[in-house]
Amino acid sequence: MSSHAKAAEGEAPQFYELVPHHHAPHGSTQIGFWIYLMSDCLIFASLFAIYGVLGGNFAAGPSPAHLFNLQLVAVSTGALLLSSITYGFAMLDMDEGKKTGTLVWLVITGLLGAVFLGLTLYEFYHMIHEGAVPQRSAFLSAFFVLVGTHALHVTFGILWLVTLLVQIGMKGLIPANRIRVQCLSMFWHFLDVIWIGVFTVVYLMGMLR
Amino acid sequence: MTNEFWSFIFGRLTWDVLPLHEPIVVITFIVVAIGGLAVLGALTYFKLWGYLWKEWFTSVDHKKIGIMYMVLGLIMLLRGFADALMMRLQQAIAFGGSEGYLNAHHYDQLFSVHGVIMIFFVAMPLITGFMNYVVPLQIGARDVSFPFLNNFSFWMTAGGAVLVMMSLFIGEFAQTGWLAFPPLSGIEHSPASGVDYYIWALQVAGVGTTLSGVNLIATIIKMRAPGMSLMKMPVFTWTSLCTNVLIVASFPILTAVLTLLALDRYVGTNFFTADFGGSPMMYINLIWIWGHPEVYILILPCFGIFSEVASTFSSKRLFGYTSMVYATVVITVLSYLVWLHHFFTMGSGASVNSFFGITTMIISIPTGAKIFNWLFTMYKGQIRFELPMMWLIAFMLTFTIGGMTGVLLAVPPADFVLHNSLFLVAHFHNVIIGGVLFGIFAGINYWWPKAFGYKLNTYWGKISFWLWNVGFWLAFGPLYVLGLMGVTRRLRTFDDPSLQIWFIIAGIGALVIAGGIGAMLIQFAVSILGKNKEWDTTGDPWNGRTLEWATSSPPPQYNFAFTPVIHDNDAWADMKHRHAQRPTEGFMEIHMPRNTGAGIVLAGVSVVLGFALIWYMWWLAILSFVVLIGAAIIHTFNYDRDYYIPVEAVAEVENARTRLLSGAR
Amino acid sequence: MSASTSTDTLSPSQKAHAHPNPEVHGDGHDHGTRRTYLIGFALSVVLTAIPFWLVMNNVIADTMIATLVIMAFGVVQIFVHMVYFLHMNTKSEGGWTMMAAIFTIIVIVIALSGSLWVMFHLNTNMMPGHIMNPADLI
Repeated sequence: MSSHAKAAEGEAPQFYELVPHHHAPHGSTQIGFWIYLMSDCLIFASLFAIYGVLGGNFAAGPSPAHLFNLQLVAVSTGALLLSSITYGFAMLDMDEGKKTGTLVWLVITGLLGAVFLGLTLYEFYHMIHEGAVPQRSAFLSAFFVLVGTHALHVTFGILWLVTLLVQIGMKGLIPANRIRVQCLSMFWHFLDVIWIGVFTVVYLMGMLR
Repeated sequence: MTNEFWSFIFGRLTWDVLPLHEPIVVITFIVVAIGGLAVLGALTYFKLWGYLWKEWFTSVDHKKIGIMYMVLGLIMLLRGFADALMMRLQQAIAFGGSEGYLNAHHYDQLFSVHGVIMIFFVAMPLITGFMNYVVPLQIGARDVSFPFLNNFSFWMTAGGAVLVMMSLFIGEFAQTGWLAFPPLSGIEHSPASGVDYYIWALQVAGVGTTLSGVNLIATIIKMRAPGMSLMKMPVFTWTSLCTNVLIVASFPILTAVLTLLALDRYVGTNFFTADFGGSPMMYINLIWIWGHPEVYILILPCFGIFSEVASTFSSKRLFGYTSMVYATVVITVLSYLVWLHHFFTMGSGASVNSFFGITTMIISIPTGAKIFNWLFTMYKGQIRFELPMMWLIAFMLTFTIGGMTGVLLAVPPADFVLHNSLFLVAHFHNVIIGGVLFGIFAGINYWWPKAFGYKLNTYWGKISFWLWNVGFWLAFGPLYVLGLMGVTRRLRTFDDPSLQIWFIIAGIGALVIAGGIGAMLIQFAVSILGKNKEWDTTGDPWNGRTLEWATSSPPPQYNFAFTPVIHDNDAWADMKHRHAQRPTEGFMEIHMPRNTGAGIVLAGVSVVLGFALIWYMWWLAILSFVVLIGAAIIHTFNYDRDYYIPVEAVAEVENARTRLLSGAR
Repeated sequence: MSASTSTDTLSPSQKAHAHPNPEVHGDGHDHGTRRTYLIGFALSVVLTAIPFWLVMNNVIADTMIATLVIMAFGVVQIFVHMVYFLHMNTKSEGGWTMMAAIFTIIVIVIALSGSLWVMFHLNTNMMPGHIMNPADLI
């Protein structure tokens, strides 16, 4: 029942903050975005679960050995990985207040992301051309949705990146823009983490079957 | 204009999809149209649109948004309950060769939409409304972490409700049950618009719910008043934290599963088809991985409400605060380990079934601990039998019985007899009504004076209370009996005339509950419109213990002129006990977020997108999707999101309160 | 906002530029250095190249072992990304970042392993052809 007053003996405890502590503007944004990313992780986890359960159901149709081109995947993986470090360089330049450097590294990141996307789309086109359409089997449905959802996320990431380029160009590296660059950074690296899962589970393990 | 042209513009929306051949729906439409026009007309006549837009629809104030959630939930309760009454009537009369008054097409939609509405558009909005309104106040904050996102989340939930309501008059709703299992929900067996309404309504509302989860977690982590460590938070805030963790960690799975079902239906993929390698069982597996945490999402906030009510109306600190917190966290984690008990009979075998049966029994233990803590809180307390306390006692009796039937169902061999019987239906209504709904009623009576400045009428509240309690047992007691006798759920007609008496009793129970709902509406009307309101001038009508009672009723826009400093649990009780003086001068300007219309616009476009997808209006789907992305991007170019309330304005509000408080003494 | 973890790796000019704009100071937010990004990148390249090489050249005969090996590489590389690119640590946001990540991982593990276990049993028991006697289904 006794309260744990931190005040010294004889000194009345303070119950109201008469001198305000300032909440950092955008103080919740980083943890809030991280929590959103965790929820996005779970969407991918569901898609991985689907792929894990249905990925072996070829329905007498094409299987990974017929379809996957590991050289191509290695190149797109390399592009995405490179884009992670170029984004890191953008962050470092941003911390040093270098607006042009930040923009340049962001553009390079976006271009690498576009390369990744292009290679993925080429792969999809090639597979569909061969008759390996998503409707052919549960394996192909799961493949296209898992890899496709990742590619969709990369697309949105690039769209966000372009928007940020415009906004940094307009207003510079103000705190509101910095926090956006930080959030996109988390998003971008998270996409590379998901890709590690994809190339391991889908492509590499697919070729091992 | 060729047929091709019209079918391009309107997709599969044709005059046939209007249910003109169903008289019940036609009459409902006429009544709704007249009522709706009357409301819209009155709003226009009294020139209230500007007020509604500026003060409510575009508000980013968590208190206003909380109230809007409550309004949405209560309106949808009436729709969902109407569906229930219709089903009870059908089941009471459809014996001895009688088809009743509902054909299968209609009846199957009823039980599906009843479940969807009650879970997604009644229970979820009502608990979200409470968490939104109360949590920032309880932690001494001025708003949630992301006020705009909060507004957007509300409108997305409302948007989902709009899509469900549309299905009544344009097209149809799913006839698959509230979880839409394939293959029945696949395109082959449900080719019409029903399952698509289901999918898109839930996807739109799901976005709102998930973002709201992120918002409240961030709020509780980052915006607590100085001195409020985690173990000094009110229990309702703890349960809100765990609830929102469950939301963020389970709704994405629902999103993914519904997307896969949509892909099967729209594009012809084979996730849940019976051929080409698909597995309908995987749908059931995944959706229940979401579905079980969902029911804990519904109940945990209500456990929090009951904790606050137990201590306040026993005039005593809550017994076993630490164990309450641990029990809540344990329930949160364990809720991910029980999901298979929803499909013991699907065939996973003894080893799997035993594991999940045991975990299901284990999860009842922390809940039991909570019951004992509430009882020990009441023991030797000075109990005041106000309505919230009455609801608490009714909950403890009702929910405990419902929980025990759950433990019975947790035994796989027993479940093989009782799965999908009326026993199951009685069980989950027992816990949802006895737990969630009674908790919501307790919360409404408890926090109404805080939100509106006066107490709810006690007389009509007690009538509602007794009608609900008697009605509930009349309506669902027979279902336990019927279930044990082997009657299956979701049946429209019956062959065995000896069962009819039970259904008649259940129907009478539903009417008694209807009386309870009516009494509650009268309670609201009498309280709102009455001349002799029981005004709350102190802000603390119940001698409360948590910080929301430190503010005026209703609180000012900014909640606290000075952020409180916390020293102990039950911070407000502590402040009163140690005679904390409310500062009456030295006010400062207060930083607040601006209102915005972006939330309602984005949600509105989302509804259009959903409608377009349902009706295969591809041009509109693409257009609205592009507009949605564009509007969202444009919104990010708005950097002018906040402003300061000037010192004079703060002083004016606070001085008025000072006068009110001294006048009241 | 500090731009490094170990300050001994900063050049004097980097230290001088570490706070060009006084900005939001979150608790424990770490942005890494050029060195840590390059280390992370190098590790990731190695951890990617090896599994690709193993599979493309059929180096490990046993499928099960090969699977476990490349999965292990994947898990390690995810950790590398978390530490070197996402700057995960126990201090960020008062430990909440780590807590959220751990909880998410737990849920993912439960959902993935649970689904695989359950579905394997369901498929075994319910596959047509395994059901000898329809009466057994009741």
